[in-house]
Amino acid sequence: MLKQMEGSLAVAEAVALCRPEVVCAYPITPQTHIVEGVGALVKSGALENCEFINVESEFAALSVAIGASAAGARAYTATASQGLLYMAEAVYNAAGLGLPIVMTVGNRAIGAPINIWNDHTDAMALKDAGWIQLFAETNQEAVDLHIQAFRLAEELSCPVMVCVDGFILTHAHERVDIPTRDEVDAFLPPYEPVQVLDPAQPYSIGAMVGPDAFTEVRYLAHEKQLQALRLIPEIANVFKDVFGRSSGGLVHPYRTEDAETIVVALGSINGTIKDVVDQMRENGGAIGSVSICAFRPFPLDELRAALINAKRVVVVEKSLAPGLGGIAAPDVRMALREAPLPVYTVIAGLGGRPITMAALQEVFEVAGDDRLPDMQFLDLDYAAVEHELVRARQIRRSGPTAENILKHLGAPALASGE
Amino acid sequence: MFQIRIHGRGGQGVVTGAELLSAAAFHEGIHAQAFPSFGSERMGAPVVSYCRMDDKEIRLREPISAPDALIILDPTLLQSIDVFNGVDPQGFILVNSQRSFEELGIADFVASFPADHVCVVGATELALKHVGRPVPNAVLLGGFAAISGQIRFESVEKAIGEKFPGDVGAANVAAAREAFEIANTASRAA
Amino acid sequence: MSEDSALQRVKFYQTGTHTVGNRLMDEAARSVQASMDRSNAITSGHRACQGCGEALGARYALDAAMRATEGQLVAVNATGCLEVFTTPSPETSWQIPWLHSLFGNAPAVATGVAAAMRRKGRSDIKVVAQGGDGGTTDIGFGCLSGMFERNDDVLYICYDNEAYMNTGVQRSSATPPTARTATTPAVGTAPGNVFGTGKNLPLIAMAHNIPYVATASVADLHDLEDKVEKAMAIEGSRYIHIMVPCPLGWGSAPNATISLARLAVESGLFPLFEAEHGQVTRSHKIRRRVPVEDYLRPQRRFAHLFKKGHEDSESLAALQRMADANIERFNLMGERQTP
Repeated sequence: MLKQMEGSLAVAEAVALCRPEVVCAYPITPQTHIVEGVGALVKSGALENCEFINVESEFAALSVAIGASAAGARAYTATASQGLLYMAEAVYNAAGLGLPIVMTVGNRAIGAPINIWNDHTDAMALKDAGWIQLFAETNQEAVDLHIQAFRLAEELSCPVMVCVDGFILTHAHERVDIPTRDEVDAFLPPYEPVQVLDPAQPYSIGAMVGPDAFTEVRYLAHEKQLQALRLIPEIANVFKDVFGRSSGGLVHPYRTEDAETIVVALGSINGTIKDVVDQMRENGGAIGSVSICAFRPFPLDELRAALINAKRVVVVEKSLAPGLGGIAAPDVRMALREAPLPVYTVIAGLGGRPITMAALQEVFEVAGDDRLPDMQFLDLDYAAVEHELVRARQIRRSGPTAENILKHLGAPALASGE
Repeated sequence: MFQIRIHGRGGQGVVTGAELLSAAAFHEGIHAQAFPSFGSERMGAPVVSYCRMDDKEIRLREPISAPDALIILDPTLLQSIDVFNGVDPQGFILVNSQRSFEELGIADFVASFPADHVCVVGATELALKHVGRPVPNAVLLGGFAAISGQIRFESVEKAIGEKFPGDVGAANVAAAREAFEIANTASRAA
Repeated sequence: MSEDSALQRVKFYQTGTHTVGNRLMDEAARSVQASMDRSNAITSGHRACQGCGEALGARYALDAAMRATEGQLVAVNATGCLEVFTTPSPETSWQIPWLHSLFGNAPAVATGVAAAMRRKGRSDIKVVAQGGDGGTTDIGFGCLSGMFERNDDVLYICYDNEAYMNTGVQRSSATPPTARTATTPAVGTAPGNVFGTGKNLPLIAMAHNIPYVATASVADLHDLEDKVEKAMAIEGSRYIHIMVPCPLGWGSAPNATISLARLAVESGLFPLFEAEHGQVTRSHKIRRRVPVEDYLRPQRRFAHLFKKGHEDSESLAALQRMADANIERFNLMGERQTP
């Protein structure tokens, strides 16, 4: 049914349709509306046979989900940013134990300096923990990916992280098609665990594994991700049959057939990128884009196939590896490892900095002339950073960097932030 | 695509205003996207929200820098924030005030816009009169429907009713209807 | 004395399961361990040290819990000695469903297991969470408090050997003052652990007003079993804190584990009591009070207090005062109830 609603609440409804049995909640911006939404559905009775547990930290939240999942219940939680880091130990633990937990990450920057706005640093910090990571481009896809995630997680016995851009998607009101309960029930069968705590058939879960067997266990985790590469498109196809629309999958190419420049990105920014692509195409530009929906497992072959005939690739990413450049970009380069295409990195949108069509178009045009530097920060205030670098060189006790930049940018920066 | 930017202060319903606009558009089968400029919650601080409307899927995600319409819920912002930044010269401007454009000090500025595209409406006073609370957001949408013609008043009414059920909703609708009539009269006279 | 003089009730003091006393006791009064039908939740083959108090305590506690729940039990374990010595890869001693997640999250994981059992319509399956003092009083403290505050239906058992033993005997917030550990070495002007303000987990548990809190000791294994069985009949959060001497970490003889545990109780340093909803309901009265020195001397972790010619009388006096305070607070020298 078509509804105009806030992204978070759409996700909450989607999660509720999947009949979770244990939901644990700890608040952090920008995910709060999601768990509040699920909580309200539990309390009102709309979501039956579900326990909503208010926990004392994110670490506790995922730990409760671990216990619940190991005991055979369908478990869900949500977090972002600092919260994701706080539960980091449990994130690795859940993957290592092979528990099919689904977790929403409302992507948000990580401090210091503290920042509540969107970027992908949080998801990137835990990209290799063994979870499947899916990125939603729109709130419709956010809804659809959660439904697919439960099925994917349970078929593989592997936890799934659904990444939804904080504020940009979570707090945007837009049109979504919320499936019916019957549709979801047809798509998502009850959870049948691979392992479960059961007095009738007791076994020990979570024992130490020594040097003699650890590699083999880790190989199987790697193998599981490779299986996911096959399963993700399969599930997306079944989803299309049941719900009638394309959603999810590994990558979404857009006007790449004869493109010379192809832009690669994750999440909601792809919407803006498509508008730029259309505008540049109208003016004769040979440009296309690819949205990576499944970031883990990383779809090396599919991406290579989508990019191989281009002359250059521009990765626009909302994450930074300080001292190196991008975090997603090296993975994209890996997909093109034998090809001589240049892969440019554009770091954009950090800490919620708006990414405009105008700024992107300028970068893509320069890329078209192969005049882009290997790596750059979009919309960087060079004067402000130069000023701070000079200051810091001159004075030993130059003070905290973040506060200095804010002071330099002056009152307008503080006002517009609120 | 039609882009609306709403300026106000925390507590005046800036965010809800954009949400209601998008709901109204939805009821007419129009694609709409509404989102606030995000920040910590604080009463009285300047807040901006955005609403895009289109007859096809809206993919763009950046803040609206070139609005087709401006709704200003708090005229005190006129002195401190460049609320008019980027507005289309043929665009629509709706200000919540009982004073005239002269008295607000922007008569010269709005003179360059089509006369039937700009309007002042005392939405806060209408809200106090009908609802008993000085929250102008829903009210002013009635004015917006009148001058822009982008959405019908019936859609505004439906959106308000869904968001604020019962007496509160009805009162807001009554205030919005009065704003609609005031704006309609003003724009016809222009 | 009883009216029927022909049948005199003989009181046997608990000294272990293999004394003649147990076989002469009424079956109903025998320990769970005495029964051939005990579940052996932790079966033989585990790799605990000789004389390990934790292995002893855990075995008694879990078999008692198994009896109380008719075998419908799941155990959640924090990282630590118990987890390590019961699951030496590729073997396991556990004959019951068992989950080890992390060091600091056993209470939260147990909460999740309990919730799942309810959702599955199996509220009859009960959950025991367990950890050492490190996992309970330090790194797991936040999760434990959360579990208590929600009154989640879990029995949490802390096996307190007063240091991080599995990693090489480092100090925890449960380490007593003056005790030598790897991170509070017996050197300098104030050798061993500092005299801090202490962190009394049983009292903290009581402050959460949970239905049942108890301390127990491997010196009184019947009492330990009784407390576990009593706890398993109660719904909501329950906490049992068991003192378990560690011969390796304490520098004591492996065959002195039980006697040391008894000396801790009889000196007043480790009071045995029960509490419900924040109020002490019962305390074990000391039968034969001993000075703290009797307890401290047999442990090399306190050896620096007894240096020939330089006995640390100040510290000993301070430790004695701690014991005295416990005796007063919990009325440990009060009227003993005849069993």
